Amino acid sequence: MAAKRLTRAEKKRRQFIQTMGMLGVVTAGALAGIIPSVKGWANRLRPPGALTEQKFLAACIKCGQCVQVCPVNAIKLADIGDGVGIGTPYIDSREQACDFSCDGLQCVLACPTGSLTHEVNFSHEVDIGIAKLVRPKSCLAVNGQGFKGPARGVDFKGLMRYQEVDRWNPIPIADHPYDLELCDLCVRTCPIEIRANQCDIGKPPSGDEQQCPPKRAIRLVEIDSDDGVKRMRPEILDGCVGCGVCEMICPVEPTAIIVENNELRTGKYPRV
Amino acid sequence: MKLKTSYAELFGADPKKPQKSEISPEATELHAAQRADKSRIAKIHEEIALLAAHPRIETIRPFRWMVLILVNLLFLGSYYLDIQLLEGALTASRFAGFHMADLNSALQVMLAFKHVVINLVIGTVTVFILWWLLGGRTFCSWVCPYHLLAEWAEMIHLKLVSKGWVKDHPMDRRARSWFWLVFAVLALVTGYTVYETISPTGILSRALIYGPGLALIWVIALLLFEIFWSRRAWCRYGCPIGLTYGLVGAISPFKINYNLEKCFHEGECKKVCLVPHVLDTVIKGRAKKISVDIGADCTRCGRCVDACPTESLTFKFKGIGEYL
Repeated sequence: MAAKRLTRAEKKRRQFIQTMGMLGVVTAGALAGIIPSVKGWANRLRPPGALTEQKFLAACIKCGQCVQVCPVNAIKLADIGDGVGIGTPYIDSREQACDFSCDGLQCVLACPTGSLTHEVNFSHEVDIGIAKLVRPKSCLAVNGQGFKGPARGVDFKGLMRYQEVDRWNPIPIADHPYDLELCDLCVRTCPIEIRANQCDIGKPPSGDEQQCPPKRAIRLVEIDSDDGVKRMRPEILDGCVGCGVCEMICPVEPTAIIVENNELRTGKYPRV
Repeated sequence: MKLKTSYAELFGADPKKPQKSEISPEATELHAAQRADKSRIAKIHEEIALLAAHPRIETIRPFRWMVLILVNLLFLGSYYLDIQLLEGALTASRFAGFHMADLNSALQVMLAFKHVVINLVIGTVTVFILWWLLGGRTFCSWVCPYHLLAEWAEMIHLKLVSKGWVKDHPMDRRARSWFWLVFAVLALVTGYTVYETISPTGILSRALIYGPGLALIWVIALLLFEIFWSRRAWCRYGCPIGLTYGLVGAISPFKINYNLEKCFHEGECKKVCLVPHVLDTVIKGRAKKISVDIGADCTRCGRCVDACPTESLTFKFKGIGEYL
């Protein structure tokens, strides 16, 4: 039996159905991109000033201008595994934390859509997340140990600005070895603490008192010791903004201190 | 071409054969004269034989590719070489500090976020004016990196077709309008910029500037689909960005213009065209006027201008006079 010849209209209809089928498949694929963010698979630390996650994902236009202005290259762009979060900026603090060495929150200023809100003007107003001592047993200070050498080894690529070395340019952490009787790296490198200390001696950053953090971020507190060794424990305070420098600098592997994504990344500044 | 027809064809309507009453007296006369003049048939064969013997070297295409590559390299160089002239990616950028935002990406963000900051307004308006002046879908063929890859895929596709190994499967052009609508509604309802997940333009632009990622697999899949199944499928039937720019370009002063007087109706233009439905007017007896501006879906790529043996298709910048 000869196959029935399709009329023009029938062909057109068949083509329409086929096309719409393919369209459906692609749409479903794109929609599947919502799953990783709803399920919270990609629990990313977002750059300074980021809105709450859902609003941030809605507002980010995925252009990477924040990536381009960051002097320490702390910001990376997410891949397709993040679904609708593809192309959105995030920070991996262990690799490279935000040390606020741009001073002016350049990423916030670069953002064209307000997904990094312009309501944030100073480093102490930022709310990336909050530091947490997750492995106290491996913390050198808790063990009463000092630290000598480059904090993360000679091959570590991470950058940081040391004001006493170069006011304007970040340098590799590997080029700035330490020699400490008791490790206090997380406290001494904390950008909020550094600013607070400058303000305490009457020399606020850039001579601008507005840059003075109203609250302290981290300190070492002495803990009981029965063997005569001085032991101290990092305590995270209300002023912590989650910049991640402590996580980046922590010399033990795996790191004793991390930055947790702050679920409450909300109330701190107006969110539209 | 009437704006209404131009939009209808952009949204996916098939071009209609004009009624006799729609054709201007001059064009009617010319159509009749062309039919009566038997020597034209011989001339057409002559033209086609000449074309076969001396294939024309495309001059606009290499120039266009150069522009496309340069624009994309400017993004790359602004970041890596710190030229800082064109910062960002194709979705949003700053040209010499001035905000620019891709219209479709901006639309997705506005619908999802339901809040517009002033910088985005500035960027969107700037880009709107820019692409209104330059022709709308001009963005596609002169800037979009996916377009370039798709052109290369098309070359492979056509090679395979000529060997009889694959066959083109045309799709329904209305799909793109549905796609556009679906993603606009999805952005509004879900609050996510869902389209950006699969936008090959955004994925490629970011891959070029910030380094490749797994998302390129999707782009490769699209290209393979176009090589083995359906010619230029994404740009023709899918891409909502193309539709957005088409909406802008419909009212653009920059057009491809068709001149009936010079045309021998060889049909060379339709063979190379990304969107051959816009060239329906070149079919014998279809032109409503002597001079017809090609519709909104045209990407102003200029391949028809190069392909036409008789120079009846040309770039044209409409003067203010034509709007009055």
